[in-house]
Amino acid sequence: MELRVWGCRGSVPTPGPSTVTYGGNTSCVEVVLDDAETAVVLDAGTGIRALGVDLVARGTRRIVLFLTHLHLDHLEGLRFFAPLWDPRVTVEIHGPRSPVVSLRDRILRAFSPPLFPLDVRDVPARLVFNDLPGDPWRANGLTLSSELVLHPGPTVGFRLETAATAVAYLPDHEPALAGIEGRTPDWISAGGLARDADVVLHDAQYFEDEYDDRIGWGHSSVAHAVRYCEAVGARRLVLFHHEPTHSDRDLERLEDRARELNDGIDPLLAREGMTIDL
Amino acid sequence: MAAKQKQLLLILAREFISNLSTSALIADADGNLVFYNEAAEAVVGRRFAEAGEMPLEQWLDAFEPRGSDSAPLPAERRPTRIAFVERRAAHEVYLVTSADGVEREVEVSAFPLFAHAEEFVGVVAIFWRR
Repeated sequence: MELRVWGCRGSVPTPGPSTVTYGGNTSCVEVVLDDAETAVVLDAGTGIRALGVDLVARGTRRIVLFLTHLHLDHLEGLRFFAPLWDPRVTVEIHGPRSPVVSLRDRILRAFSPPLFPLDVRDVPARLVFNDLPGDPWRANGLTLSSELVLHPGPTVGFRLETAATAVAYLPDHEPALAGIEGRTPDWISAGGLARDADVVLHDAQYFEDEYDDRIGWGHSSVAHAVRYCEAVGARRLVLFHHEPTHSDRDLERLEDRARELNDGIDPLLAREGMTIDL
Repeated sequence: MAAKQKQLLLILAREFISNLSTSALIADADGNLVFYNEAAEAVVGRRFAEAGEMPLEQWLDAFEPRGSDSAPLPAERRPTRIAFVERRAAHEVYLVTSADGVEREVEVSAFPLFAHAEEFVGVVAIFWRR
């Protein structure tokens, strides 16, 4: 399994000279499997636009998209995802329903006027919607599980597992709000998803002092991300969902802070274009 | 496979009742008592860390719940059982004998938790010493 990061910025796209190293596109990660016919994608932030162009070039006809939630920074790229406009393509979209509205109807709200000139019903590709959390999804030796996680509104996290490795993807997550200290992993938000994972891509939007003014906004400080990985026994932390106001230099200070807190989990900044080979 | 973990709503409920000064407990969708708070420890006479998780019925039986006439309280009148089995809110006043041997009159309100319209994830019960 290989992960390719197409977008790792949080909240809003931030193109510009101060973000060229780590990128300004919002969340999108491709999971590369042995099966070249199927593309597995996590989230549809603006990073998915470039991925879509690439998938068209590759001739991929089946795309399985897993959405953690429907905040715009995880959805807004979908409308500009080139494979949607090809009738030969099937796109399976898995994501959280709300307690009262299905995933399809929730996406319809963002994919229709006045937010977009076209309606999702105008999309030529075949669309299939599947509400999460549900049964694990399996293909080509990969098992993908989902659980509801702590973030405002219905939000899931993912665990991707093969015989050789396990990865957790938790781009928007504030586990500290319900407690990390003194809890066993089964009592920590997404503790089952990230437990003993080889790699955890985790929300680390803030420095500790920034978090103090943003408690309850659904994101973690770098210290909470580190503490979370320690609590669930994860081996490596990839710092994800970069704060829009943070420049490349700020992010490098964030990584330094994570290393200062625990070098043993080998903290690493997610960067647009990076590949994580597992 | 992902390791088993508590449903998010239960994690949030635990955090919520951990910060309450009112006695409260939570049970999961399998009918297991999974947590009670510090305030409840004073009523129960035993710390949760010592008691640990256990089937809800077993936990209730330990306190010999009785009606005002001192007759055993039938299971079908126990609010937590009603919330669990019938999936509806319930309220009752009854006598218990705590782990410390003291008889106490308690007032219990229990209600089921639904994460989605049809997804039952557990029960919360709040109880007051009268």
